[in-house]
Amino acid sequence: MYVAVKGGEKAIKNAHQLLADRRRGKRDVPEISADQIREQLSLAVDRVMSEGSLYDRDLAALAIKQARGDLIEAIFLIRAYRATLPRLGYTQALSTATMQVERRISAIFKDLPGGQVLGPTFDYTHRLIDFKLAAEQEIASGVEAQAQPGAPMPKVASLLGEEGLIETASAADGEGDPTEMADITREPLSFPCGRDLRLQSLARADEGFLLALAYSTQRGYGRTHPFVGEIRVGAVDVEFFVEELGFEVPLGRLQVTECEMVNQFVGTDTLAPQFSTGYGLVFGHCERKAMSVALVERALRAEEFGETVQAPAQDAEFVLSHCDNVQAMGFVEHLKLPHYVDFQSELQLVRQLRKDFAARPAQGAEKASVK
Amino acid sequence: MIESPHETGYNFAYLDEQTKRMIRRAIMKAIAIPGYQVPFAAREMPMPHGWGTGGVQLTAALLGPEDVLKVIDQGADDTTNAVSIRQFFQKTAGIATTTRTDEASIIQTRHRIPEMPLKAGQILVYQVPIPEPLRFLEPRETETRKMHALEEYGLMHVKLYEDIARHGYIATTYAYPVRVEGRYVMDPSPIPKFDNPKMQMSPALQLFGAGREKRIYAIAPHTRVASLDFDDHPFKINRFDRPCALCGGEGVYLDEVLMDDRGQRMFVCSDTSYCESRRAMGHGPVDASAEPAR
Repeated sequence: MYVAVKGGEKAIKNAHQLLADRRRGKRDVPEISADQIREQLSLAVDRVMSEGSLYDRDLAALAIKQARGDLIEAIFLIRAYRATLPRLGYTQALSTATMQVERRISAIFKDLPGGQVLGPTFDYTHRLIDFKLAAEQEIASGVEAQAQPGAPMPKVASLLGEEGLIETASAADGEGDPTEMADITREPLSFPCGRDLRLQSLARADEGFLLALAYSTQRGYGRTHPFVGEIRVGAVDVEFFVEELGFEVPLGRLQVTECEMVNQFVGTDTLAPQFSTGYGLVFGHCERKAMSVALVERALRAEEFGETVQAPAQDAEFVLSHCDNVQAMGFVEHLKLPHYVDFQSELQLVRQLRKDFAARPAQGAEKASVK
Repeated sequence: MIESPHETGYNFAYLDEQTKRMIRRAIMKAIAIPGYQVPFAAREMPMPHGWGTGGVQLTAALLGPEDVLKVIDQGADDTTNAVSIRQFFQKTAGIATTTRTDEASIIQTRHRIPEMPLKAGQILVYQVPIPEPLRFLEPRETETRKMHALEEYGLMHVKLYEDIARHGYIATTYAYPVRVEGRYVMDPSPIPKFDNPKMQMSPALQLFGAGREKRIYAIAPHTRVASLDFDDHPFKINRFDRPCALCGGEGVYLDEVLMDDRGQRMFVCSDTSYCESRRAMGHGPVDASAEPAR
């Protein structure tokens, strides 16, 4: 009976076998393929890529299959894999201004150069369960928006920038030499931290955590008066500067979602009133995440704008230390591990405290009556 | 670079050599400033944070092909997590493992220090959940780092004093803070305070790894490690009033095992290797093993 208390190799092996069995489910239902997940659960794949910080659709799809659809578990698989990959170098900064856009909307101008492109969005669907979807059916191919083909699509912020109405990103934000950028995967997070570290942390942060924090800023906990300046989703080229060649070579393309929030800023003694921004950039099509990042990012800049830091979303140490779901899930779930050595010392202490308590009946009675 | 003897597709002991070098540099700094928490760029490991990712990274950076590894959790070699970590290194490094404390060159532990005194040349790797001893008094890292820099430990002494004022003794039973070489206050990880004296002047190297919190710290061999206390309330460890029910060992830490739903319980060695070696030498129960029902 004593042996039964301690775990064992056999128990672990059996648990893994059972896990594989449950993952497969009923054998008379065809097994799902990673290809199917990649193509038909693409938004789940995008979230896993984005929070896993690794742009690989096939691997993300496989991770989702292996994790039985538990996305945080899948994110964890991707992170652990990516940690073993060698760091070859840093690419040039992505140019989202020259993005091949599949969706681009602005909430602050009715129309703008390049036009509004809805793209594939749930925004105006009625959330009615489509019972027909339960059966397989042919789906006609979609109509790609070709509003103004070939026309440039300048960033909304740059349109406002011409009048000096909006802040412009500075070199201190990490623009410029990519080798001088902070890298959260190579340096531990330390405070106070710059915008580069902040944006990197938020880009891989848990969507749910950021969503709730962003929401809290809208409800008065660190209000930022936000407007969606622009959301754009599409493909951007990744370029790498090769020292030996002396020029940049394209490595491939990524799909990213970018959100720029435009926020009111009334100015201070030294700064003229102008719009400030919150920024979010994530892998794949993750609009809710990109918006949440942008809202929280702006809230975290409170100090920079001389705003009182009083809400959770404005507190960099609080937000950035707790936004990583791989860290959070690990530490919360580690409570499942045995703690009987510590509990034994607590047992001894509580027994001692109770003994002391019983030995002081008068004091004890007094305490009880106060409660 | 040492090639992995196994077909895992990963480097020897999982981590790439650059990462190991980064960790070794942090270890060197930690040894040079005993008790000081050295930030390091912890990687995501294939087990969750809280399962010992800090300890695993230390072990991965330390292991060579000749090493013999022992892994314990709650003092036992056969707890599920200890089994899992041991298997991880068997698979990725192909090294020899043992359950015997005296045979191991590296011992990775969670929540205990082995009962058998460690020797020079051995390395004890602790898994650490919260490396900051001041964390529950001050949640901000920016503040606690300042407090360490200024050697400002008043808050901790006030906390211990308040315990004494309230209970007559210090009501901290595990993760009991220590002062290392008269300078840094350090969290010994959640070992019971029973184990604290084993850290003092140990001939073995003691390394502490916190993966999620990205910190490494160390106690070099033969370093002074004092549990915090007051002159009129010296540090005391809790002793068990009975021997181990299996090997009769005394002066060791015991696990309480519930036998049934009528209050029947037994107390047995938490250090399974120690208990087994004693039983192998012919020691056995001293008297009736189980406590009668209350």
